[in-house]
Amino acid sequence: MANITLTVNGEQHVLDVMPDTPLLWVLRDHLNLVGAKYGCGIAQCGACTVHLNGNAVRSCSVPVSVVGDQAITTIEGLSADGSHPVQKAWLEHDVPQCGYCQAGQIMQAAALLAENPGASDEDIERGMRGNICRCGTYVRIKAAIRSAAGEMR
Amino acid sequence: MTVNTSTTIDRRSFLKASALAGGGFVLGFQWLTGSRPEAMAMHGASKARAAINAYLKIDESGMVTILSPNPEIGQNVKTSMPMIVAEELDVDWNQVTVQQAGLDTDNFTRQLAGGSQSIRHGWNGLRMAGATARRMLLEAAAQRLGVPAGELTTSRGVITHTGSGRTLTYGEVASDAATMEAPADVTLKDPKDFTIIGTTRKNVDGPAIVMGKPLFGIDYHRDGMLIAMIVHAPAFGMRLASMDASAAKAMPGITDVFTINAAPEGFNRQWSDINAFPEKVVVVGRSTWEVLKAKRALVLEWETASSLESSADHAQGLDELLARDGVEIARRDGNPEQAFRDADRIIERSFGAPFLAHNTLEPMNFFADVQEDHAELVGPIQTPEFLRRSVASVTGLPEEKISIDMTRMGGGFGRRLYGNFGVEAAIISQTAKAPIKLVYTREDDMTQGTYRPAYRVTYRAALDADNNLIGFHVRGAGINEGPLFPNRFPAGAVDHYLAENLSLESNITTGAWRAPRSNFIAGAEQSFLDEVAEAAGKDPIEFRLELFDRALYSPVGEDNDYDAARFAGVLRLLRDKCDWAAPAPGVYRGVSAYYCHNSYVAQVVDMVVQEGKPKIQKVWCAIDCGIVVNPGAALNQVEGGIVDGIGHAMYSAMTIAEGRPEQDNFHSYRLIRSDEAPVEIATFFVDNGIDPTGLGEPSLPPVSAALANAFARATGERLMDQPFVRAFESVEIRQPTG
Repeated sequence: MANITLTVNGEQHVLDVMPDTPLLWVLRDHLNLVGAKYGCGIAQCGACTVHLNGNAVRSCSVPVSVVGDQAITTIEGLSADGSHPVQKAWLEHDVPQCGYCQAGQIMQAAALLAENPGASDEDIERGMRGNICRCGTYVRIKAAIRSAAGEMR
Repeated sequence: MTVNTSTTIDRRSFLKASALAGGGFVLGFQWLTGSRPEAMAMHGASKARAAINAYLKIDESGMVTILSPNPEIGQNVKTSMPMIVAEELDVDWNQVTVQQAGLDTDNFTRQLAGGSQSIRHGWNGLRMAGATARRMLLEAAAQRLGVPAGELTTSRGVITHTGSGRTLTYGEVASDAATMEAPADVTLKDPKDFTIIGTTRKNVDGPAIVMGKPLFGIDYHRDGMLIAMIVHAPAFGMRLASMDASAAKAMPGITDVFTINAAPEGFNRQWSDINAFPEKVVVVGRSTWEVLKAKRALVLEWETASSLESSADHAQGLDELLARDGVEIARRDGNPEQAFRDADRIIERSFGAPFLAHNTLEPMNFFADVQEDHAELVGPIQTPEFLRRSVASVTGLPEEKISIDMTRMGGGFGRRLYGNFGVEAAIISQTAKAPIKLVYTREDDMTQGTYRPAYRVTYRAALDADNNLIGFHVRGAGINEGPLFPNRFPAGAVDHYLAENLSLESNITTGAWRAPRSNFIAGAEQSFLDEVAEAAGKDPIEFRLELFDRALYSPVGEDNDYDAARFAGVLRLLRDKCDWAAPAPGVYRGVSAYYCHNSYVAQVVDMVVQEGKPKIQKVWCAIDCGIVVNPGAALNQVEGGIVDGIGHAMYSAMTIAEGRPEQDNFHSYRLIRSDEAPVEIATFFVDNGIDPTGLGEPSLPPVSAALANAFARATGERLMDQPFVRAFESVEIRQPTG
């Protein structure tokens, strides 16, 4: 075990965890931030997506020891009240079915649009390829991202 | 013109109004619904279970709370069921708060998510709940105002006396209404007066979902709770021979390692207790990662307990069944053998599909706190009532001492009909003497069975010299279950018809997977009919319409499980909407139509060629599911079913080698991804005012055939073996004719 300092959603936390603990389980088990979801544990489904310094990463495959002083943003910190343009677009398009993958989808989309506000349909399809939606809401996810892109431009 | 429907409450009804603490009104009720009894049976459920019961409460401020009785798996019943109550209650949807009910067999019935039946079975009961409460509020207002109730009207939670213009809100009379006698019969709204049903209302959990709030079983937390994980045998047919847990037990954070048996001697097994590996090794500890690491430190030896089967054995076994003489007949009309002897041409094709895992994105999990005299369970389950029976059996606790709360489910697709993980959680908690949350890894989840059966089917069609379909023969076989519905189309539309359904026993466990059997047989049948139409030189839609006409005007046999007029109706609607005969240049089209879960679906896939490879551009869908309660959410269901159907037909397979599942996570088990989904889906609902039928499943089954038939137009090749992706990758596209 080791003391590790993390900055999550703007707050500093000092945690006594094994250094190889994936960031996902630190968030879920130790910080009670359960928005990032466990889906596969091997960076294949995207349900655990969070931001490290604004970049989308699969938190299931990032050992907490490598995070260092990078700022972690989870779905809980994307906005205080669900007002991020991507969250608003998700509600406007009523995207979710079961909803389990959606936090990861939203975090991926938010990073994608932050980096490339003019993302084309092809950019969106490619950029979202790593996030599985088992319910098949892909058509709505794409429509919501296009809406959000319009608002962010 | 007002044509009201009056519904008399069944004598066996139970209805209880009571005052709400702090003022207000609670109505509990239980009625048998108007659904046909034969359709109520679901996995052996009794008729009584098909009744629905729910309750609603109105506080003094007029806020309405409606309990949603059925489990929410993403089919959106937590929004659409309360909408039905609110409609008849005549309140503003903004006044309504929805709560998920826990398992409560005293006050609810059929708290089950399965068979696309929640809305269909709930329809009458939910409407009567709202209408009864409205009637009692009216009676209370009539007393208060000293006027006959007949002079009062309601709108959006406000009661108005038409003569004087005086008004009272529901909140103002709610406490009085609690003292009213429940009415013996109620009048339901004319559907043309609906103001909530038929309008799009957003998912009541939407804001919580997009903000990442804890909603799912895997998010559940209780102070002092431990995490439990399991190890099951690596192969079907194997069991634990020996365990050395010393290293695992010594690891940080680990509190316990033991084995369990979830199907002990004398276990009162329910239909929902499918469990290929009831004997499991369990690791319990304080955090997920510590438990995961300890799992890897276990030293386990396994031994063979029964046969170690492989997919190749299954394929051979199914082919042998299909080739066998003298098999049991599921349906026979006319003289099919003679028809095939008389045929001018015979077309024969076989189709196959592999096992599929459900792969709900939220892996199996459940919280359990089993104490000496009671137990509390919380988690994602489609069948809480059956789970409670099984938990009672394994823990020795009476059912009334076991509570089950249903969380929102991160997908179901049938997997959470089978609550083995809940039973295991209860045993683990009882053994560890602690509240625990059992969490399966993806690998545990994907390799433990309950798969959609692998299937194989052979079709034969007999055409006469005038290209009439005179004989039809289908012989289907599957692992543990044959794929056929012998009384579905084209039964009833062909003079000489033979259906034979066979199953091959296996120790690979199988279960219901979204649209059971239909998810395979629809695609096979509709692909085959497309080829028969082509052989007969007929347009595939016209060919089907001719058969529907036959089934409608001079049906063959008496037990035909579909309404040919409604079936033809969706196909005609689709034909008109997509301008079937005039696709855009470069578009190759395939059509398919299927009936299941009491609903009718027709679909067209538009395929284009990009960089020499076929790509699905657009899917057109017409669906007749009666009244659509929540159109936006219904569209979402239809779109999801289409993407799910395309995805699994194209990409997914679970194969077995020597008993071992060869895919165990999403690197080896392929699911459809963002760039592989159709670019566009256009859906059209038939507007016929008929009471609602299933919606969560019916859009899935036919789409694999629409896809395969479009592929045949584009390439000249027929897709017969799923997953189709292999054929897509190897195909050479003929040049567009333009």
